[in-house]
Amino acid sequence: MDKNLAHTADFHDEAPLVKGDLTFHDITEIVSAHTEKKTPLAWFGAFGLALSGLMLMLVMIAYLFWNGTGVWGLNNPVGWGYAIVNFVFWVGIGHAGTLISAILFLFRQQWRTAINRSAEAMTVFAVICALVFPGIHVGRIWAAYWMLPIPNQMEMWPQFKSPLLWDVFAVSTYFTVSAVFWYVGLIPDIASLRDRATGMRRKVMGVLSMGWTGANRHWRNYEKAYLLLAALATPLVLSVHSVVSFDFAVSVVPGWHTTIFPPYFVAGAIFSGFAMVVTLMVVARKVYNVENIITIEHLEKMNIVILLTGSMVGFAYITEFFIAWYSGVQYEQYAFTNRAFGPYAWAYWTMMFCNLIFPQFFWVKKLRRSVPFMFVVSIFVNIGMWFERFVITVTSLHRDYLPSSWDYYTPTLVDVLTFVGTFGLFFTFFLLFLRFLPIVAVSEVKGVMPQADPHFYDHEGDGHAADHSVAIGSSHDKESN
Amino acid sequence: MLNQLTEVKASMSIYEAQEEEVYGILAEFSNPGTLLHAAQSVREAGYSHFDTHSPFPIHGMDKAMGLGNSIIGWITLCGGIAGLALATWMQWWMGKVDYAMNISGKPFFAVEPSIPVMFELTVLLAALATVAGMFALNGLPRPYNPLFFSTEFLRVTDDAFFLHVAASDEQFESGTTTQMLQDLGALHIETIRDTGEED
Repeated sequence: MDKNLAHTADFHDEAPLVKGDLTFHDITEIVSAHTEKKTPLAWFGAFGLALSGLMLMLVMIAYLFWNGTGVWGLNNPVGWGYAIVNFVFWVGIGHAGTLISAILFLFRQQWRTAINRSAEAMTVFAVICALVFPGIHVGRIWAAYWMLPIPNQMEMWPQFKSPLLWDVFAVSTYFTVSAVFWYVGLIPDIASLRDRATGMRRKVMGVLSMGWTGANRHWRNYEKAYLLLAALATPLVLSVHSVVSFDFAVSVVPGWHTTIFPPYFVAGAIFSGFAMVVTLMVVARKVYNVENIITIEHLEKMNIVILLTGSMVGFAYITEFFIAWYSGVQYEQYAFTNRAFGPYAWAYWTMMFCNLIFPQFFWVKKLRRSVPFMFVVSIFVNIGMWFERFVITVTSLHRDYLPSSWDYYTPTLVDVLTFVGTFGLFFTFFLLFLRFLPIVAVSEVKGVMPQADPHFYDHEGDGHAADHSVAIGSSHDKESN
Repeated sequence: MLNQLTEVKASMSIYEAQEEEVYGILAEFSNPGTLLHAAQSVREAGYSHFDTHSPFPIHGMDKAMGLGNSIIGWITLCGGIAGLALATWMQWWMGKVDYAMNISGKPFFAVEPSIPVMFELTVLLAALATVAGMFALNGLPRPYNPLFFSTEFLRVTDDAFFLHVAASDEQFESGTTTQMLQDLGALHIETIRDTGEED
């Protein structure tokens, strides 16, 4: 394993995926050590903070259940407020994880291996946060099971022509498939932890890793299954935010009833999700010392995706305006004029500023490779994308067809604290993940290193492929470790 | 019948111990390249009950070991068809047969509004079938494995590359098999015994 990685430059100009001349063992060591060492005090601090957030959310939900949805700022005509805004926000964040784990896998983007594990974890936890809102917003919480086709005493079934029901199926399928995909990816790495552990820890990891031995007969089915899951998750992730956008687009509310919504929502979801991945990774790679695995090149590539999807989203904002004007429908035109210049202009311009303007700085190579700068931009994008959902939901509703019922929507403290609390929920899970599971897909990173290619060792290891038929008994390669 | 079962288990890398509890011979190789050559040579020597173990999948190993394409795609297809059929039947039966309800004059059942749920259940059942099929074809979970008795084998999920020839193979003969593995450049060879006891 003393091969220098520099020779890969002969084949392509890409920077090496793993830096610092690491061996296979180094990768295992770097990633596993964090789950094995004594829990650092700082982790407890962060976890305590996250747990308080989670408690806050639970208290707010209990308060809501006791009193009913009147504790929220909803009014007539704004019947959809924070609950749907936060739901769409969190589901959107999840999309980056699936994009990285599935779509980039199908496109053979090997740089994904550094970030896919943590991005997938983010997906699963973000979707949990999202699922909280449709669960609690129903008003009569004891009837929440009506969303599912469960036989009941009324002998009635859900209404399958409603986009809200499609959403139930889309998001719960998305959660299940993401969680399963994540777990399948974890199995070889949990086996790594098992083989390093002793005692009780070894038993727990042994159960979770299912007796994985890295057998090639297993890898064969495993890799195929992984490929198929990626192929299934790809249309799934595109469908989920399309279905979420149907919640709006299928209605006849001006500002919602547009065909651009599905692609526009999907682009926005990927945009916000990548921003969240950058926010989390910039901190995690530093704290967990994995800067040689999650390299600056990886961050730069994510920033390019942010730039691309940010421009798509910005283009969609402008297209919406154009189509509203071009349609000649005065309600549609008013909805958009009201968005930009009405009582919620402050929210609209916050959104435009954060989503349209800020990512454009990433055209400059220096800025998209600057860690502090990308952190700031990713925070702005997170804020901007939350405001996008707020603008879409609230500005379209608050001035509807009948001017006598126009009103201004203001969230209550319960609204705000519930939303803040979901960050507690998210970070509680995320910190547990960082503490106990391998945060980088170890086996996948090893698999994309030049030393993983069997032909790396042909011809005295100059890396050139050669015919590798060997006669029995020939000791072709005696080089030692 | 019993023989077929043995072969199915062998395809999952599960073998039966032979005389004196001998499960097989485990040889360590220095890198993925040598392991690939060794696997090919072992197959060409006529062995079929053997497997390679590595921290990551090695490109070309399926071919070297003479394994065809995984059949898991067919399991996925079956899961997908089942999901599609279930969603179609469910929406038709619930909406049109069991409790038909007029909702803004729309048809009780039509394909167009049923597509999202059809799609989601197709993906859901296909994905679950894929994972269940992968575990089934691999014979997982398998908490007990005689290979775990080897302390060297602990490094298989880290940076070590192993070839395991099972004693249940027809050609297996302790001396000649060990000699062959030695000639192939194994760094370290040990006999694995299936004692059935915890280490």
